[in-house]
Amino acid sequence: MDLDFDVVGLGEADHPAEGEKAPEFTRPLVNDEFWEDVALSELCAESEGPVVLVFHAMDGAFPATYVWNEIRDRGWHEQATVVGLSISTPYAHKDLLEERDIEGDHRLYSDPANGVAEQYGIAMDLDGMTGLAEPRPAVFVLDSDRTIEYAWVGEEWPSFPDYDAVEAQL
Amino acid sequence: MSDPTITLYRLQACPFCERVVRKLHEHGLEYRSRFIEPMHSERDVVKRLSGKRTVPAIVDENTGVTMSESANIVEYLERTYGERPQSERGEGGV
Repeated sequence: MDLDFDVVGLGEADHPAEGEKAPEFTRPLVNDEFWEDVALSELCAESEGPVVLVFHAMDGAFPATYVWNEIRDRGWHEQATVVGLSISTPYAHKDLLEERDIEGDHRLYSDPANGVAEQYGIAMDLDGMTGLAEPRPAVFVLDSDRTIEYAWVGEEWPSFPDYDAVEAQL
Repeated sequence: MSDPTITLYRLQACPFCERVVRKLHEHGLEYRSRFIEPMHSERDVVKRLSGKRTVPAIVDENTGVTMSESANIVEYLERTYGERPQSERGEGGV
């Protein structure tokens, strides 16, 4: 973004790098009809193309809206399994899927306790929302055995993925 | 993770669903939980499976049974997995 002041810097994150294996987790994965526990390893093993794991701000925050509008319009789901993850509940995820019009093609992991972000080294506290933490904006592209083919983690707040760079991996 | 053969469609905090969960635990049965919407009109997935929009509903791939109504399910689980030892299971109903 072009702003004439500095945005909040988050510093470097100590996240898993390209070539490493993405940390395994199981969380409820929400689709348009129901949610159930799904392990990341399972998702990767069953995917025909790469898996794009998108960490985003809680549902309803504008970055979540912007990110999903962009990903939807680019049609990544045609070449990849595209899943999001935020601290929002499965109920909020159902609404996001519907409101962004991404039902059927996309699924969202629910992680209210932010444990996955901690595993990935990308957790951040939210100033002015005491007791809440969420993942930094981040995108990981994974192959069938969870090896990271592409990793991006935001170092400013807010920040948005380099969509073209992600797309180049698909 | 191995795939359990029983799938339970449930609604969070639904007492009828918890009744079925208790019975599944009682018989040490593994199951997969799929949580659905509170809104009746949005429960297409159970409607497709069982013909009704009610939960709980189970799909048991062991026996090919799909069923709703907690009293029926509890009775079915009891009949299919209760009392008789595992070795005798799958030899038809009582």
